[in-house]
Amino acid sequence: MSLLITGATLADGTRGDLYVADGRLADPASAPAGVERIDADGLLALPGLVDLHTHLRQPGREDAETVASGTAAAARGGYTCVHAMANTNPVTDTAEAAEYIHSLGGSDGHCEVRVVGAVTKGLAGEELAELGLMHASAAGVTVFSDDGRCVDDSLLMRRALSYVKAFDGVVAQHSQDPRLAGPGACCHESEWSGRLGLPGWPAQAESVIVARDVQLAELTDSRVHVCHVSTAESVDVVRWAKKRGIKVTAEATPHHLLLDTPLVAGYDTTFKVNPPLRTSEHLAAVREALADGTIDIVGTDHAPHARQDKDHPFDVALPGMLGLEQALAVVIDVMVNSGRMDWPTLVERMSHAPARIGKVAGQGRPLAVGEPANLVLVDPSARATVDRDASRSRARNNPYHGLDLPDPVVATIWNGRVTYQR
Amino acid sequence: MRHLLSAADLTLAEATSILDVAAEMADVQRRPVKKLPTLRGRTIVNIFFEDSTRTRTSFEIAGKWLSADTINVSAKGSSVSKGESLRDTMLTLDAMGVDCFVIRHASSGAADQVASWVRAQVVNAGDGQHEHPTQALLDAYAMRAHFRKIGSTDTSGGFAGKKIAIVGDLLHSRVVRSNVLLQRTLGGEVTLVAPPTLLPTGVETWGCPVTSDFDEALADADIVMMLRVQRERMAGGFFPTEREYAEAYGLTEERLAALKPGAAICHPGPMNRGVEISSAAADAANSLVLEQVAAGVAVRMSVLYHLLGSNEGAMK
Repeated sequence: MSLLITGATLADGTRGDLYVADGRLADPASAPAGVERIDADGLLALPGLVDLHTHLRQPGREDAETVASGTAAAARGGYTCVHAMANTNPVTDTAEAAEYIHSLGGSDGHCEVRVVGAVTKGLAGEELAELGLMHASAAGVTVFSDDGRCVDDSLLMRRALSYVKAFDGVVAQHSQDPRLAGPGACCHESEWSGRLGLPGWPAQAESVIVARDVQLAELTDSRVHVCHVSTAESVDVVRWAKKRGIKVTAEATPHHLLLDTPLVAGYDTTFKVNPPLRTSEHLAAVREALADGTIDIVGTDHAPHARQDKDHPFDVALPGMLGLEQALAVVIDVMVNSGRMDWPTLVERMSHAPARIGKVAGQGRPLAVGEPANLVLVDPSARATVDRDASRSRARNNPYHGLDLPDPVVATIWNGRVTYQR
Repeated sequence: MRHLLSAADLTLAEATSILDVAAEMADVQRRPVKKLPTLRGRTIVNIFFEDSTRTRTSFEIAGKWLSADTINVSAKGSSVSKGESLRDTMLTLDAMGVDCFVIRHASSGAADQVASWVRAQVVNAGDGQHEHPTQALLDAYAMRAHFRKIGSTDTSGGFAGKKIAIVGDLLHSRVVRSNVLLQRTLGGEVTLVAPPTLLPTGVETWGCPVTSDFDEALADADIVMMLRVQRERMAGGFFPTEREYAEAYGLTEERLAALKPGAAICHPGPMNRGVEISSAAADAANSLVLEQVAAGVAVRMSVLYHLLGSNEGAMK
């Protein structure tokens, strides 16, 4: 198909037409008369967003999300690529499992699905998964993560970092010291955990692992990616490591940019997430770090759950919240509308940088002739009240329900195909 | 008031009314026929997801003496292990037309969650490490009776200016949280005493002095409330040995002797004699431990009466 997008504004402020033909951007002057058009007057055209941190729940928990429903939500949120985390059932820890998800992405995906492989077999944290075979498979796995669990064994983490160097892989770490923040820890350790009687998860349970990992990355001269940075202390460590030239990249989630600890005061399990929602001083540090580049990317940690897994007591309910559909809205509101960040920086954090970290060819590219047609049309001024029931996700654990937020995505185009249009 | 979930839900007038009516209920308990017709036709389900003989029995007797139909459901381990969510368990019982749930759960916030789901009224009989409001009320009842016995004529309850030291495992205690909140309303001056490892994060924002020096707090306390130290905390490494704990934070015979005249001892039970409380202190003439237990029934009768006693709920 072909499509002429007229009068769009690019992130850098320049205006022009974009012609999509055969999955790529072509010279608008070559568009035939009568070609299908989208009037993009007043809209921004940005490279399609890339999420390095998505839980699609297939295989295993298709009642919570599938590749089809999760990528439909991604398209609704302006994403043209997501990275499917490995903590499915079975775990993505073999080439065969990785190829299965890769093929599901090909058949059911409303965006590109890149596969994240487990670092350790069964996410058990004991022995390395078949990292090289997953990389060499059709899935071409580059990002490895036990996300949901921390690779807490220092020696194993060192080996993983060292091993993936052979194919320039990256280990994406869920930083949580399992002793300082045990399995029951479900609330940021603070005045709130004390009052509510909820087991606390201190900020330092994250930063001690980040501090260890950046030093192991230095030791091995390998790449480490810090998932969902949620604390001021972790930000300080990453800033220090970058100054030293260590190959570390870091991620912030939309919820750690916007939502804070007091939201758990009513014990609404929608707000249970791991790492937990932090207090305002941590939010401020994460925002500042995302603006100055200490934190490289926004990763959604989109974590759909079936209702029955949330209808338990707070300490028992599964942690996690949706993110794909509102991530851009949150970043626009918290970072751009507040003046912390300009549009080119938003594009860097949500498209270019995650594509670079995951080494995804054809994503996160500039909107230039000859490039793959992966883009999102954005109305920067539209707002709406979030309705969890209007979601394309199968799950309803949307923490933004009822909030007035930007409603930016007008259309998403993946490889020249319209995957979402308002 | 529709539910009793937190001691902070109570105004001074409500808390005082609960204590006053409890005193009337206690008088009824001294009659040969103890039953009042007040809650005839009302159904109360005591649902205990965590074992508690004394609290459950006390609520059961309270309901029965008010002529309510009281049903005990022991739901320990039932929900999650059977794959049923707490919400489904509670909605199922709610659909049977229950008027009031008295709920005990090992998880903090469970009573709040249940109250947001069900049509029935909810009394929190202890949720995890969060709150236990009827315990704080019965503690207040026993303290007030003690203050009156030793000569207080303060009709508002006599808590103003009284110093209450609460000692022990504050981190894991729902009793301390409810007592702090209730005394904020009643006017007692609470001092919290614990080793630093057993202090809740942010305790400095609770509005009471906090110390790890029991002897200092003991010197001017009118009430010393000892909290149970659970044996499993030892495994958590919160303190080295029971011996060391008892030495620093136990109400030993020496500390009993150091209490100022007229001071009394509370313990929510069950007691670990020899750890947080010596037998001499537990059995002392100024120990209110059995008065607390006796007050439990009267206070819970009063709470049920206030919540269910009129069609709309008397405490609206």
